[in-house]
Amino acid sequence: MNLLMIIAALLGILVVIRLMNVSQLASVLSGDDEEEEQKRHNTMNGIGMMLFMVLGLGLMIYMTFKYQPFMLPKSASVHGVQTDFLLNINFAVIGIVFFITQIALFYFVYKYQHDKKRFALFYPENHKLELIWTVVPTIVLSALIVTGLREWNKMTQSHPKDGMVVQVYGMQFNWMARYSGADNQLGRSFYKLITDDNPLGIDFSDPAAKDDIITKAAEMHLPKGVPILFQFNSRDVIHSAYFPHFRTQMNCVPGMNTSFYMEPTITTAEMRSITKNDKFDYVLLCNKICGVAHYMMKMTVKVDDPAEFKTWLQGEKPAMPASAGSKVAANAEGSVSETAKI
Amino acid sequence: MEVKDTSHAVHDVAHGHDDHDHEHHQTFLTKYIFTTDHKMISKQFLLVAVLMAFLAMGMSMLFRLQLAWPDQTFPFLESVIGKWGKDGKLDPGFYLALVTIHGTIMVFMVLTGGLSGTFSNLLIPLQVGARDMASGFLNMLSFWFFFASSTVMFASLFIEAGPASGGWTVYPPLSALPQAIPGSGLGMTMWLVSMVLFIVSALLGGINYVATVINLRTKGMSMTRLPLTVWAFMITAILGILSFPVLVAAALLLVFDRSMGTSFYLSDIFIGGVPLDHTGGSPILYQHLFWFLGHPEVYIVLLPALGLASEVISTMSRKPIFGYKAMIASMLVIAFLSFIVWGHHMFITGMNPFLGSVFVFTTLLVAIPSAVKVFNYIATVWKANIVMTPAMLFAIGLVSFFITGGLTGIILGDSALDINLHDTYFVVAHFHIVMGSSAIFGMFAGVYHWFPRMYGRMMNKTLGYVHFWLTIICVYGVFFPMHFIGLAGVPRRYYANTAYEGFDQLININELISVFAIIAGVAQLIFAVNFFYSMFKGKIAPQNPWKSNTLEWTAPVEHLHGNWPGAIPEVHRWPYDYSKPGAKEDYIPQTVPYSATPESNRPGDF
Repeated sequence: MNLLMIIAALLGILVVIRLMNVSQLASVLSGDDEEEEQKRHNTMNGIGMMLFMVLGLGLMIYMTFKYQPFMLPKSASVHGVQTDFLLNINFAVIGIVFFITQIALFYFVYKYQHDKKRFALFYPENHKLELIWTVVPTIVLSALIVTGLREWNKMTQSHPKDGMVVQVYGMQFNWMARYSGADNQLGRSFYKLITDDNPLGIDFSDPAAKDDIITKAAEMHLPKGVPILFQFNSRDVIHSAYFPHFRTQMNCVPGMNTSFYMEPTITTAEMRSITKNDKFDYVLLCNKICGVAHYMMKMTVKVDDPAEFKTWLQGEKPAMPASAGSKVAANAEGSVSETAKI
Repeated sequence: MEVKDTSHAVHDVAHGHDDHDHEHHQTFLTKYIFTTDHKMISKQFLLVAVLMAFLAMGMSMLFRLQLAWPDQTFPFLESVIGKWGKDGKLDPGFYLALVTIHGTIMVFMVLTGGLSGTFSNLLIPLQVGARDMASGFLNMLSFWFFFASSTVMFASLFIEAGPASGGWTVYPPLSALPQAIPGSGLGMTMWLVSMVLFIVSALLGGINYVATVINLRTKGMSMTRLPLTVWAFMITAILGILSFPVLVAAALLLVFDRSMGTSFYLSDIFIGGVPLDHTGGSPILYQHLFWFLGHPEVYIVLLPALGLASEVISTMSRKPIFGYKAMIASMLVIAFLSFIVWGHHMFITGMNPFLGSVFVFTTLLVAIPSAVKVFNYIATVWKANIVMTPAMLFAIGLVSFFITGGLTGIILGDSALDINLHDTYFVVAHFHIVMGSSAIFGMFAGVYHWFPRMYGRMMNKTLGYVHFWLTIICVYGVFFPMHFIGLAGVPRRYYANTAYEGFDQLININELISVFAIIAGVAQLIFAVNFFYSMFKGKIAPQNPWKSNTLEWTAPVEHLHGNWPGAIPEVHRWPYDYSKPGAKEDYIPQTVPYSATPESNRPGDF
């Protein structure tokens, strides 16, 4: 096998060298002087430029339509609808610029091929032209910046007060979710409290922790039409909680709280009928390299009607293990003294 | 100015005598290995970079095989990469190592060391009219640190636990904890050592480039008569000098965290069943430090390529570059802005949204000088008289990539859109086109154009054309479809897209990409053959094969230590007097005084 590969490679190299000799020989034999030869090359490559441009742009348009069905379905979050619209505007703007500039570039290269009888136009500058193509992009970009930032501010700053608090917790190579329960407050947690029974290191001496609920399996549910404040944490390395269908993601950083607001608008059932796919499910993926099994770190996300969601939540397990009782106090002591030391 | 020029003359005379003394007792060791001649050092850089590029490209093909045909086995893998390809299946951990080392080698060894190291060294002294770099000795050290850095990186491929595998950005805690990934053990240590050596090399080189441009310009070579290549190299060197030290700081703190128990980047970590004692650090601090280098690095890679393209496009269009001063100004603006946009790599790290807004603003501003550059290139080829050498084709390819990749940058720079596309294949497509392919095309343009200057021989044109067409088709074939994979929501650095059923249908696109990638790889062998064969057997180069104006073509074909046998040529005009109305020929070299060209002089010339 190895020998074969080496032989193949050597043969390849010999062929290329042969080609080289032949091409050199051919130009000698045909008696072309260098200028003639270059002229032929110019014509060939000029035609190549045009073909490449036309076929290339054609294929790009074709691909854009052909791959449309593979793209993410319509956004299932409130802000995602807005950002998708923004994305389309951006694509329209850059698409226009793309076509104009690429066509101009390739066409000019094709059109103004060398002719020894003439000179190129000596045209070193034109301040008016330069001013135009500095000012116009500035205006266009300002418009894009303003629209982009307006969306960004809306999605990061207009938080309703009554959002449901959910923690998304990353670890190599799993996700867990914790719901804040009736008080809508997550109990404190500390990484040194982590045990098999208490994978999130929740401090059960905190009253807010008593009604917290964690997911049993790698599946989390979200209620439709309820604004959700996600809080993200990680126990080991940086993960990134990526919800492609809701057009959002946030890093989970050990030792830090990160968060965002998001409101799901389409239930899983509705999305299944939209995508005409009975098996469709939303997903939470890890989108920051986090170790060998990074590519397997995911959680299924289901969006339910609020009533269904409530039923599901009752079936999940309380964060506080039944056996915790006595242990909790001791652990909590430990955590407090740890914290004090810091 | 006058004073400086006289001092030059004196210096040159002295130097000239020196050279005579050296010339006689040059051994193989002083001529080819520990040389202080900038031309030889440039070839050393190029050779190492080409070899590293083939290594890194080979890696990319291995992981492309995995991505396109995840269910296939490739028995040859076991013989190539041993235990990492057991039974013909690529190991998932080694997949990450391949991605990491591919990125590191390409960004640093090939596109920084290879591009700046080769062409700054070759062209700065020759184009400004200097006998050599300001310090030949530091220049030699610069290469040998680069060589040591490449060697360490290469050696890390062969260690038991495998090389660094936390991605080329090596974010802690992943890169700090061997428990988190095997590559973060000795492999990561070697990565850090290699990187520090590399930075030493970049700094020694950069200081030299700047000093040479500022101090050793020949008589008449004012800053506004410098070719755009030299401007680009100088701005690049300044960027490097200002930003690389920050990476040393980042790396050093990481070394402390890894080996000495400090907590600069680590806090609240529970891994391998035990809580660690590290507390109070911030992993995000590393990202700030890294990207403070990392973003200027993009322009360290790109600006030399743009400089080379400017020179090639103007020469082969037989037309002055449009907006010479605007080109310089836009490079300066890009360089300045590159220091205040690093946050756009970090929109989703929990950064304050307001700070994010500021970075959106500065990031999108970069598009303005970039647009000016593109329009100027297009204006240069308009009504030109184009000779399509392989170098010219590659330069045009560069402009095409710069447009395509630059435009998607507008989307990624917009935080509201970035939160969906961040770290997906859309990003991979974007930076491979705008920085990877543009820069490598600039490098190819440079090699084809200045090969006669380096080796005194011509490269074969036909093979050059074949190489160009296969490469540009394949580059677009590889990276354009990647945008769609990104828009479909596929994260990068995934060993297989099996996590989510929705990704199954993308396998066809991945196959398409991999086929193009393999063809592209084979096409580079054509370049390799052409390169090495022409080095020894190519047609002997004439004095000025492209009828170019710049000074390097006035130096004799056979290399001299000291570049010009007699006095250094004097410069009388800017480098872009192509197709000047009234002139006898369509080019007027910089050495021709205005007094010799009364027929073509214009009122603004004096």
